[in-house]
Amino acid sequence: MSEIAKDLHTEHMVINMGPSHPVTHGTVKFLVTLDGETIEDLKVEIGYLHRGFEKMCESGTWYQVFPYTDRLNYVSPLINNVGYALAVEKLIGIDVPERCKYVRVIACELSRIADHMTNVAAGGLELGAFTAFLYFVEARELVWDLIEMLCGARVTTNYVRIGGLKNDLPDGFKQKTLEVFKRCRVLWSDVNKLLTKNRVFIDRVRDVGTMPAEEAIAYGFTGPCLRACGVPYDVRKANPYLVYDRMDFEVPIGETGDNFDKYLVRMEEINQSMRIVEQALEQLPGGPINVDMPYYRWQSKDDIYNRIDSLIFHFKTVIEGIKPPPGEVYLAVESGNGELGFYLVSDGSGKPYKCRVRPPCFPLTAAMPRMMKGRLIADIVPTFDMINMIGGECDR
Amino acid sequence: MDASVTLQRLTERFGDSILETHSYRGDDTAVVKKEDIVALCTFLRDDGKLLYNFMMDLTAVDYLGREPRFEVVYHLYSLRYNRRVRIKAGVPESDCSIDSIVPVWIAADWFEREVFDLYGIAFNGHPDLRRLLLYEGFEGHPLRKDYPVKKRQPLIGPIN
Repeated sequence: MSEIAKDLHTEHMVINMGPSHPVTHGTVKFLVTLDGETIEDLKVEIGYLHRGFEKMCESGTWYQVFPYTDRLNYVSPLINNVGYALAVEKLIGIDVPERCKYVRVIACELSRIADHMTNVAAGGLELGAFTAFLYFVEARELVWDLIEMLCGARVTTNYVRIGGLKNDLPDGFKQKTLEVFKRCRVLWSDVNKLLTKNRVFIDRVRDVGTMPAEEAIAYGFTGPCLRACGVPYDVRKANPYLVYDRMDFEVPIGETGDNFDKYLVRMEEINQSMRIVEQALEQLPGGPINVDMPYYRWQSKDDIYNRIDSLIFHFKTVIEGIKPPPGEVYLAVESGNGELGFYLVSDGSGKPYKCRVRPPCFPLTAAMPRMMKGRLIADIVPTFDMINMIGGECDR
Repeated sequence: MDASVTLQRLTERFGDSILETHSYRGDDTAVVKKEDIVALCTFLRDDGKLLYNFMMDLTAVDYLGREPRFEVVYHLYSLRYNRRVRIKAGVPESDCSIDSIVPVWIAADWFEREVFDLYGIAFNGHPDLRRLLLYEGFEGHPLRKDYPVKKRQPLIGPIN
């Protein structure tokens, strides 16, 4: 026996996983120190998708930030749009019309559904569950059709405006949404049957990536990953924005914070989001979708072409940009991955002095070494899937 | 007056280190001396009436032409009381460093590295202060206001 052990390779091996690796959906590099298959040390390197978001924002007007926010979490861009718009509105002190709030809630929840579906689908795919992937991608396609109907684009939405929206809901939107949800629910239950009691899937995800609640809080976890640890923190409940306080929905929580709990939380949140959209469509009031403040929100094209005052306001807001009063605000919304915060500083000019984003997956990615030390190298795949690191958001 | 409980408690306990407080748009804010940041954060986390257990965000702002030039901004959240507070600490360019709060909240680790990377503010006592988003060998700190927007520093070839 000792003769065999003598020739065994017992040194630690360092391998690079990434930056372009088939199972890490996101450009990230893991520097893994291995003892056999066990992870001794893990270093995460990010920044491959860094494009200077804040610097770009500081050199444009407040309106020109919107397209950049689409590209933060590009799976649920509408939530980023809404978060930024709400932060600027808080800075200015605008309250948008009721109808606008409801449409924003609908937009946010549709995005959340697409986000969670993508995450579960890709997570399943990377563990070999190709069928589940196809089902959820079909469902996501239908949700993206709705989003396309709403704003003309599927991913780069650029739909929300400061003090309003680009356009109102299109005709037949409610009918189409209800039809889509009917199909989504069928697909949801198919995926549920394929994964939730699937022995192979459970063996790969259960008790992997666990995190005690206390530690998750210290690491700055938010969103589904925190709720999987049993902490019922959801910005929509804790600091309700828009009309979330009027919606009846549950916040699902897990127990151990392992990858299976994160999966279950996301699956249930898809259902809850569909409930919210249905309620919002039911309660949707009439009225305008834009505030009547021509200094901040452009008036209709009809007015701009026919009225001199509207034309002047339009000209000023486009060329110089809107001018929020000097000050600073922080506003958080619940994105697909957790608390998405915007910290804005205005100096009273037409450009943001500072436009900071608090990316929810940034602290989650930072905790990868903590979750992975002592585990097997194969456990990186489901854990990294379930924290749902989005390069555009993490690296900005 | 639930919102200002934090600011009251802070002023009672750290009266000398609080330079200014305000609640613009409902966001409780305290501007503090940078020397006391660790003691102050520990107090905010552990005090029974505050319990700020989340370090939500940490960033910096460059107020070029003002003294002190930089401000490190902390956003904290208390799950127990559902309150938020913003702590700001001025950092002058001549002594561009502040104590690290990683011992208080481990979440600060990457956030501090990012600020170090993009603003060049050093965090004393940080366990692993390296660039995070940009590569080793990048010159300058791009989020400083005097860094040109259009400056290019292409990285070609392997790092080592």
